[in-house]
Amino acid sequence: MSGVAGKKIRAVIVDDEELARQMLREFLSAHPEVEIAAECGNGFEAVKAVMELKPDLVFLDIQMPKLDGFEVLELIGTDRAVIFVTAYDEYAIRAFDIHAVDYLLKPFGAERFETALQRARQRLGGKLPEATELSSSARPPSQALERIVVRDGTRVFIIPIAKLEYAEAQDDYVALVTEGKKHLKQQTISSLEGVLDPARFLRIHRSYIVNLEKVTKVEPYSKDNHVVVLSNGTQLPVSRSGYARLREFLEQTRTK
Amino acid sequence: MHPLFTRPRQLGLYLLAWIPLAGILVYLLTGGGGLGLGEATALTVPLCLVYAFVCLAAWYPCRATPLEKSGFAKLLLTHLTAAALLGTYWTYQAKELAIGLAHFWPRFAGLDQRLAKHFPLLWITGVLLYLMSVTFHYVLLAEQASREAQERALQARVLARDAELKALRAQVNPHFLFNCLHSVSALTGSDAGKAREMCILLADFLRTTLRLGGKETITLQEELALVRGYLAIEKVRFGARLLMEEDVEKKTMEVLIPPLLLQPLVENAIRHGIANLPEGGIIRLSAQEKSNVVSILVENSFDPESPAPLKTGLGLDNIRQRLDTRYGPEAGISVKTEGNRFQVSLRLPAQQNGVMA
Repeated sequence: MSGVAGKKIRAVIVDDEELARQMLREFLSAHPEVEIAAECGNGFEAVKAVMELKPDLVFLDIQMPKLDGFEVLELIGTDRAVIFVTAYDEYAIRAFDIHAVDYLLKPFGAERFETALQRARQRLGGKLPEATELSSSARPPSQALERIVVRDGTRVFIIPIAKLEYAEAQDDYVALVTEGKKHLKQQTISSLEGVLDPARFLRIHRSYIVNLEKVTKVEPYSKDNHVVVLSNGTQLPVSRSGYARLREFLEQTRTK
Repeated sequence: MHPLFTRPRQLGLYLLAWIPLAGILVYLLTGGGGLGLGEATALTVPLCLVYAFVCLAAWYPCRATPLEKSGFAKLLLTHLTAAALLGTYWTYQAKELAIGLAHFWPRFAGLDQRLAKHFPLLWITGVLLYLMSVTFHYVLLAEQASREAQERALQARVLARDAELKALRAQVNPHFLFNCLHSVSALTGSDAGKAREMCILLADFLRTTLRLGGKETITLQEELALVRGYLAIEKVRFGARLLMEEDVEKKTMEVLIPPLLLQPLVENAIRHGIANLPEGGIIRLSAQEKSNVVSILVENSFDPESPAPLKTGLGLDNIRQRLDTRYGPEAGISVKTEGNRFQVSLRLPAQQNGVMA
């Protein structure tokens, strides 16, 4: 599909402001080869629409109800062209880090819009970038993660960090356990460890990260091994190096 | 350069002050016996005229040894040495002048011999005159320092004021402007009349912000008008998602408050509340007065699941600080959440036009 050759480009517009959506509609009306497959007013709708309609192109606002633009992108992956549309210029670097096609700053004119659309066509004609580990790269390192978003089909779950009890590695996924429920997310446990606040979460085992606030005690299990016991009774294995880290943490908190 | 040379008026006054001094010297020279009035005057006038300028040199040692920073010994040593040298110089000048007068003017013949017994008197006068000049210069320096301090204080006040205004202006969030302009831009294609209306709303809001922001206090009524203007603009962006309720006691309308106290709160209510709700929500504004205290409440719906905004504290801190500097412990701001309602309450003394209500 190189450029306009025949096939239509299917686009989804995501913005919580009707006037902003109207503006994109107006600019797109000059391009019959672009079909607007859906318009969404918040992050949940966006994820649902993208998963169901599999559009080629997404116009994505950043500040939105429910999920912000980056969270939406984290859930829908990068195997489509994404143009961010926002009044905030401070996210531009982050946006290009995750291979956004373009970053339109509100207000923008028709000419600037054409450039963005042209870039999207080129991107769609060429090879899309590999789906990267969005969840880690989409976060600025300075900002501690406050919640984790998980998608199950077209449904979205938001897990506030404080409610996350522990995370368990399962092949290419991590299982996030919160209040007895398990959510699977396509992410490695190491990259999850990288975005969690090290003062609150600890890698106690090759396959486990635990929320330290939920730990009630550490018990010896066998000769060399230990387990942590969570407030709801769950036991998690602790590796030898994990035990060293745990002791270090406990000593630090005691001296404080 | 010596500061007196840049201020002719003060230089004139300084020279005038030398006239009585010269008079005293004439009196001493004649009174002590020996010199006639004409002789004494002929000597004193040129001597004092030159010495008046010579004594201005005290400015430099005075500046080099500031009173408050130099030790007593150093002060004494510096000025007494200079005084002794200048006293000697002045006596020598008198002697030369007397020789000159005696030589060229027959009337003054023998003046140099008659003056010789007055040398100690002359030397002491020279020393004392110089020391008086030192005192004068210290006064001058002190006056200059206080003037500079005053200027600095004034400048500091201007700067503080400036910073405050800048802060106020920064509270008109640039992203609010960008989003507004984007709405206007969108409307020009579909509804030109509405676009024009939005431009006017925005201009009114900005103008009012600037006008009110420069004042010390405004009435609650004025602030409410500003808030309504702001909400009218946001209403264009958010449409039915933004609802507003007002419950303001009539008697509070004339209460004086610092400008732009409520507008940032309402802006927060939209940015961190309504904007995160797909179906929107209500902003409720109420004000009451009870025993000379006004309570103002700004309440909004919010999504408890949305991540805590990073910058909430900033606007609130600013308001807290402004209330604190103005009213001290008489005013306060507190924040609480109840379910999906976010509440900011302000409490401040009910002042009206400078008097307590």
